[in-house]
Amino acid sequence: MNLRVEPPLALLAELSHRCPLQCPYCSNPLELERAGKELDTKTWLRVLDEAAAMGMHQVHFSGGEPTVRKDLEQLVEHATKVGLYTNLITSGVLLDEVRLRTLADLGLEHVQVSFQDTDEHNADRIAGFKGHKKKLEVARLVRKIGLPLTVNAVVHRQNIDHVPDFLEMAVELDAERIEIAQVQYYGWALKNRAAFIPTYEQLKRTTKIVEEARQRLKGVLVIDYVVPDYYAKRPKTCMGGWARRFLNISPAGKVLPCHAAESIPTLQFDTVQEHSLQWIWENSAAFNKYRGTEWMPEPCRSCDRKELDWGGCRCQAYALTGDAGTIDPACELSPLHQATFGLAMKEAAAEAPEFIYRRIGADETPDAPVFATTREPAE
Amino acid sequence: MERIVISEASVPAFPRGVKFRFNNAKQQWVILAPERLLEPDETAVEVLKLIDGKVALGTVIDKLAAMFKAPRDVIATDVVAMLQDLADKAFLIDAAASPHAQGAAKTAAGGKA
Repeated sequence: MNLRVEPPLALLAELSHRCPLQCPYCSNPLELERAGKELDTKTWLRVLDEAAAMGMHQVHFSGGEPTVRKDLEQLVEHATKVGLYTNLITSGVLLDEVRLRTLADLGLEHVQVSFQDTDEHNADRIAGFKGHKKKLEVARLVRKIGLPLTVNAVVHRQNIDHVPDFLEMAVELDAERIEIAQVQYYGWALKNRAAFIPTYEQLKRTTKIVEEARQRLKGVLVIDYVVPDYYAKRPKTCMGGWARRFLNISPAGKVLPCHAAESIPTLQFDTVQEHSLQWIWENSAAFNKYRGTEWMPEPCRSCDRKELDWGGCRCQAYALTGDAGTIDPACELSPLHQATFGLAMKEAAAEAPEFIYRRIGADETPDAPVFATTREPAE
Repeated sequence: MERIVISEASVPAFPRGVKFRFNNAKQQWVILAPERLLEPDETAVEVLKLIDGKVALGTVIDKLAAMFKAPRDVIATDVVAMLQDLADKAFLIDAAASPHAQGAAKTAAGGKA
């Protein structure tokens, strides 16, 4: 690619895949990295330097559970020093007041705490861990020490009817923002799709509740809302476009265009041990493969929305068809759109199966793409 | 928390977690907030540069009217609307009404250290 590539805006730093929770919709890959493979502190510090030098604005410390890393304080301090805005995405269950205060004093700007439900019993069942009470406590601590809080609410058929309670909880916790994100189906969530996908009626009802709450809570609570792709008309602008806005570093140092990109087996990823971030951003084959609009098939290529949704989601195209270079089936222009919608309806109507919990050593084989054709994936 | 209503009596401030800063590598002013990024245009940058959590908006508007040599009422309408929009998106607070102003938070943190 000869075009000058605009630098990315933000770095998603997945510090570790270790996590006490076992959420069956986890966005981590099925094959989780062991602790021994994790990048050392020195390498992360260098990566933060490189991100700032590239002009990136923000770093999101995520995982797994990022607070399992004992050097989190050092990384937050360094990121702040080099001018990056720092955000912590956490389950909260390993945090206490002393550590939170230390992180805040070192420059941490914002905390996102995930919640599995508003009902304690159901939340702990979904997480596979007794942590709901502790999460509430930590969310209150975040506000007590004056940091802004986002409540991350992952919703699906087994908690979607509690969306009004989630909104109430966020207001009660004095959060300034809530993300009501329907499960997206990659990795672990794909394995558990039938246990999560809501009915179309549940979705419509929830969307109405969210729209009403946005009016009612204007200026009080910012509400971000993500609908499940399978019921969408047009695909989401995944990551703001492949290799356009973000880069994601896995615990072992692989640099990815998005956190799910490793689910596409035809891609090869470069690592921060071998190359600089700048080099990877501009030269990595995995980034350039679906960057911009040149790679697009029809009807994307001649679509007037091609520079709005940037072809949707490559991981989803792969997960459903076995070809990451094809049209995202979430788009109504895809010949598979009706079938995808139908698949969701059918699974949502049946009884929810048992969860396959996210843990090392659980079934790591990816599910075969349901709409796979016999054609080989495009190289 | 109640909705903030911006008026000339407001003392606009960036809350903790919101940063209005110049990115040296990109030579660009940005507003950073949780998972959000705004790229204010040149006019907005001039307005935001005057926001320090101490000066009332009325005074800011006086300065802008002098700076741009424009009718004060036109500037006032535009600036109040722009800041109200930022407040509704949680990028701005009224330090006269809120205890969560950046200045106040900094003092608290400083007191601890």
